[in-house]
Amino acid sequence: MEAAGVEPRREPLPQSPPLLEARGVTKRFPGVQALAGVDFTVRRGEVHALMGENGAGKSTLIKVLTGVHPFEQGEIRLEGRRIAPRSPREAQALGISTVYQEVSLIPFLSIAENICLGRQPRRLGGINWAEIHRRAGRALARLGLKLDVRQTLADCSIAVQQLVAIARALDVAAPLLILDEPTSSLDEQEVEELFRVLRKLKGEGMGIVFVTHFLDQVYAISERITILRNGSLVGEFEAASLPRLELISRMLGKEFAELHFHPPPPTARKAESAPLLQVRQLGRKGAVEAIDLRVTGGEIVGLAGLLGSGRTETARLVFGLDAPNQGIMEVDGRPVVFRSPASAIALGFGFCPEDRKMSGIIPNLSVRENIVLALQANQGWLRFVSAAKQVELAERFIKALDIRTPHAEQPVRLLSGGNQQKVILARWLASHPRLLILDEPTRGIDVGAKAEIEKLMARLTSEGMAILFISSDLEEMVRNSHRIAVLRDRRKVAELEGEAISENAVMHAIAAAP
Amino acid sequence: MNTPAPHAATGTWHKLRWPLVALAALLLFNLALSPSFFQLHVRDGRLYGSIVDVFNRASPVMLLALGMTLVIATGGVDLSVGAVMAIAGAVAAGLVRSGQPLVVSVGVAVATGLAAGLWNGVLVGYVRVPPIVATLILMVSGRGVAQLLTGGQILTFENKPLEYLGNGAFLGLPFPITLVALVFLVMLALTQRTATGLFLEAAGDNESASHYAGVNIRGVRLLAYGSCGVCAALAGLIVAANIKAADANNAGLYLELDAILAVVVGGTALAGGRIFLGGSLVGALLIQTLATTIITRNIPPTFTLMVKAAVIIAVCLLQSPKLWKKRG
Repeated sequence: MEAAGVEPRREPLPQSPPLLEARGVTKRFPGVQALAGVDFTVRRGEVHALMGENGAGKSTLIKVLTGVHPFEQGEIRLEGRRIAPRSPREAQALGISTVYQEVSLIPFLSIAENICLGRQPRRLGGINWAEIHRRAGRALARLGLKLDVRQTLADCSIAVQQLVAIARALDVAAPLLILDEPTSSLDEQEVEELFRVLRKLKGEGMGIVFVTHFLDQVYAISERITILRNGSLVGEFEAASLPRLELISRMLGKEFAELHFHPPPPTARKAESAPLLQVRQLGRKGAVEAIDLRVTGGEIVGLAGLLGSGRTETARLVFGLDAPNQGIMEVDGRPVVFRSPASAIALGFGFCPEDRKMSGIIPNLSVRENIVLALQANQGWLRFVSAAKQVELAERFIKALDIRTPHAEQPVRLLSGGNQQKVILARWLASHPRLLILDEPTRGIDVGAKAEIEKLMARLTSEGMAILFISSDLEEMVRNSHRIAVLRDRRKVAELEGEAISENAVMHAIAAAP
Repeated sequence: MNTPAPHAATGTWHKLRWPLVALAALLLFNLALSPSFFQLHVRDGRLYGSIVDVFNRASPVMLLALGMTLVIATGGVDLSVGAVMAIAGAVAAGLVRSGQPLVVSVGVAVATGLAAGLWNGVLVGYVRVPPIVATLILMVSGRGVAQLLTGGQILTFENKPLEYLGNGAFLGLPFPITLVALVFLVMLALTQRTATGLFLEAAGDNESASHYAGVNIRGVRLLAYGSCGVCAALAGLIVAANIKAADANNAGLYLELDAILAVVVGGTALAGGRIFLGGSLVGALLIQTLATTIITRNIPPTFTLMVKAAVIIAVCLLQSPKLWKKRG
């Protein structure tokens, strides 16, 4: 814990012995194989990017390394010594420091207190403030930062808070630093500042694990990349010899060979009428930058991109969940500003969110109540959808979407994931939307339900509805979309239409260097 | 809650079972010890008897519990109802003493209760203060407001129409019981014949998802806390009319806790998401029967609170699905 470890380590970089070596790490959660025999090696003096899409096992691996979850099989060695941390505290004592995505500091304490919290130096039974301030200053100096350590943390920018979190992690002189999406709330300059610090630490021989969704940043800072998919190791690569396209295809699990035999793109429907929704330069700081988008009745427009590329953020802006701070939105050619989902719904929008449990179902209400909710909310307090009408609506959609439930009064939490998703779809269909936003509508549901939802999408658009479709499944995206807007690192980088749509094209668009 | 669905009746019965069993057990206990407990007799066109007495005494808590049910359904809680009772009593007493007619006195007192409730609703819904903190503010300051209104004195009054609210009889029943029945029916209509019930339950069960579905969450909060304030004002009027005085220090003191207990004992989860008005009434009755039993059985009053706690813990445990899952 003392300053001993602060002095720079000077081992030769490339062939240095592994700092952290995980072999065959296995972790099961009920019903899920979260990690299946994963190997992971971090050397001294390198930034090692850990990459993978949703459910790949990144977070689980980090939680195993930091002692949040115990692992079941395999072994982890740190500096050659076998370790099995049972708590984050123990992991830290062993020499693994972690900075999480959300800054986990205490906003009302000073910078110095945050850095030394839980390990304040003492003197005569009290806290040695002079030493705290000195130590905090030293920790920040190591990052090349000069800050007033007495300043309250809440008064600092997010970037500075993030750096303070790193300084705190460094104060314990750990040889391994894990950064879990440290850049997701930073702007470009702030990222550059962070990278400068990382390069400095790397130079001192520290091993750094870097988790991010931003491809550019991976290539800007990392020496090696480890890719996980579905809880298994895909491989470890040198960043310099791994083309972007290959990185993406390996993350998504598409073999190169297979790419060239993608299914034929669907025939693009002729946009008969004026666009229903037109978005110009719509953006929100920290979420998505200046997006142009057009959606017309009768077409499915896909929003493609990797996790964190701004797909969901775009949908949230369009649906009035977040307020944009730039750009305009037009519905039927008239400018609109949505203050809440209710105002978007009033214009005929609907949104099936990605996180079904958090933002989709009302778990303890019945299937019937869940289905009528949006319609009733749009009609207001007093225009009550009569009991008879509610039952009729529920029965109709249970039949039409083949929702498997013993009866319409079943609490929706007791249904399977696929059936819950159908209930939410039914909720929107009951309110007769003109534009339906579907964010990962097929995630976590079985193959049969998946096919039904795709069929339903096709039918709805043939009836004139517009659909904005978000999916991580590239094949599904290509199969169903008439037009695809490709996002990368919060920007729209391409738009594909008709014959031009293919998995290959989407991946090339994501991979194209800026 | 909106439709009498085939299994809804069994669901209601299932939830009400233990509170009802406890209530019945207490009543039978009383019957065994004093056979006159269930006797009713009519004097001067008015019903008298121990049972009527229990209902009558329970009516302030029943009113509070009805309002509290809506607030708890949204996932909140209202600690200020006791203080609002004191304010409403003080307002009404002050107005009748200054010679205002009943309609004005009662009207202003109820409006004050509504305003207090809306204030809570704004704090919780718009300023996003956690409900406990938001209503704690009014719980503390509200009693101060009531003391200001009464000038620190107990404001007595001689006013037949106002006294009627506490002591009068309507169709043979004490007026407070009639008022409880009226408020119950209005709330039943509000929650089952308008969209209010659905919105309250949806917002309480999953606020985020309700917001996504277009439910006006702020409106839901205003309505719940506003109704709760009105109920508290009505309860305050009854208590003041009962003793013909406004006592800012003691009117409604700790009744917020009885009201919350009544709601919980009645089967509404504190986590929110379900409105169960009938259960709250049963809960309030259970609490009052218990208090009456303790007094009439000559159990030393020092035991009152502990016995109350024991019975409530027992009922809550019996209601817990986990208890039955383990055994079954």
